[in-house]
Amino acid sequence: MSDYTALQDLTVQVRRDILRMVHKVNSGHPGGSLGCTEFLVALYHEVMELKAGFDMDGKDEDLFFLSNGHISPVFYSVLARKGYFPIAELNTFRLIDSRLQGHPTTHEGLPGVRIASGSLGQGMSVAIGAALGKKLNNDPHLVYSLHGDGELQEGQNWEAIMFAAGNKVDNLIATIDYNGQQIDGATDDVLPLGDLKAKFEAFGWEVIEVTEGNNLEAIIKGLQDAKNRTGQGKPICILLSTIMGNGVDFMMYTHAWHGKAPSDEQLENALAQNPETLGDY
Amino acid sequence: MKKYIDSGKNDTRSGFGAGLAELGRTNPNVVALCADLIGSLKMQEFIKENPERFFQIGIAEANMIGIAAGLTIGGKIPFTGTFANFSTGRVYDQIRQSVAYSDKNVKICASHAGLTLGEDGATHQILEDIGLMKMLPGMVVINPCDYNQTKAATIAIAEHHGPVYLRFGRPKVANFTPADQKFEIGKAILLNEGSDVTIVATGHLVWEALIAAEDLENQGISAEVINIHTIKPLDEAAILTSVRKTGCIVTAEEHNYLGGLGESVARTLAQQLPTPQEFVATQDTFGESGTPAQLMEKYKLNNKAITEGVLKVLKRK
Repeated sequence: MSDYTALQDLTVQVRRDILRMVHKVNSGHPGGSLGCTEFLVALYHEVMELKAGFDMDGKDEDLFFLSNGHISPVFYSVLARKGYFPIAELNTFRLIDSRLQGHPTTHEGLPGVRIASGSLGQGMSVAIGAALGKKLNNDPHLVYSLHGDGELQEGQNWEAIMFAAGNKVDNLIATIDYNGQQIDGATDDVLPLGDLKAKFEAFGWEVIEVTEGNNLEAIIKGLQDAKNRTGQGKPICILLSTIMGNGVDFMMYTHAWHGKAPSDEQLENALAQNPETLGDY
Repeated sequence: MKKYIDSGKNDTRSGFGAGLAELGRTNPNVVALCADLIGSLKMQEFIKENPERFFQIGIAEANMIGIAAGLTIGGKIPFTGTFANFSTGRVYDQIRQSVAYSDKNVKICASHAGLTLGEDGATHQILEDIGLMKMLPGMVVINPCDYNQTKAATIAIAEHHGPVYLRFGRPKVANFTPADQKFEIGKAILLNEGSDVTIVATGHLVWEALIAAEDLENQGISAEVINIHTIKPLDEAAILTSVRKTGCIVTAEEHNYLGGLGESVARTLAQQLPTPQEFVATQDTFGESGTPAQLMEKYKLNNKAITEGVLKVLKRK
């Protein structure tokens, strides 16, 4: 078994960043951010092949697209702690004149972001386009994307899912944040997603289920498995079962913290559950 | 007045197809996407010569816009093709977020704009697309007047970095601009000098404006005719220079008078040189089935309507 202590420390620090960012501006989306912390830490700090620095074209490196842009706090924290921009800039999240907009954007030139997202359902199409671009450029690197499970209620996803299979976009690994929650409640109550595995498979995708979506080792194993299955004519979907609000006991297993910031007391409580590891910004 | 010769009616969509084919030969970064309308958009030549650079998306326009946005990452220059209605209104949010706000180098190429697609009727006859597109920050909006100009515009927009909306149409219309005329984005073309009234037209109504100017000349009225192929950015200087001379203006477009060329001109004039203006455009209405000529007549978009507009605006000077 590999030693993931350093990555584990990073997830705790990213959690602190998320909590402090949304608390400071009393807005933002902590629940989904906390739920995807392990995944994004594993992806950026263990799995993806990345060049130093940032350029928009991203040739000769792996690419990632965040479709569910509202979990920008975790995205920004992971990008900053990967070195894309100064960690201190996390302090400007959602403030006027900041590059760290409420939802990710290229508009302010924040390194690490290649497409605006937030209006849901568009990221898979964009990821497919980038994957097709890699094939045209004879670039063997992969394209990763992340989508909310509730986001799959947007019909454009299914246009994209049909296209990717029909056109053998086999350099794409699309992960679904399968936490079963959305703004108005459980996905089962709002609009049931049905059997997602069967749906993706029926469309012609390879599906990998990661049932412990907040376990670094399980995530990395799932991503490696996915990488091994690329280049074989099928796009790959990872159904990542996560716990919304993971790592903060009162935020877990509920949609209540989808888009709500903690109070001063709640922040103190939450941070106490995630003691500082690499240093706060 | 200066004479313009129709070298033989041709459709502007074929001008797009010819321009795209030429780009296929000259610019290896140009890629094309289509949502199940290859024949209508005249994309066959590009596809035949560059099959690896063409993506048939199927009837999924939202996905097409997103894929085009993604293809720009890595340096491609995607040209999307479908009808104007499905290029704009159907996918407005995709264009807004993934293309315009993200500053992606996507060329949205839209055929069958306006009433003159004809018999298919109002479901397909978008008259709001110029407004939708010009409201997006950073979007360039181009509506060329004939086959030659559409071909030239198609080639020119590949050299411009940033999102572009290129609008053209289905029917065969007069082809009268020089085949070798270079297309300059945002640069109006003065077609006829005049002193009594300015006619600013876009798309195939430019030809109608020239016919109207001839008719007016026979009535002793000297009309200046300007081809505004680029609605955004608007060549304000060209319009102001002309209006300072003539003192009144008629705008002509195959589009709703809300949100179109006329409104852009009116805003410019209101701020800088308040001037009597008449609008040849549809009057906040949907279209209907019919032949292009019947529709142009019924909805007052032809040379007769432009002449009427001129006679009306002259009385307001």
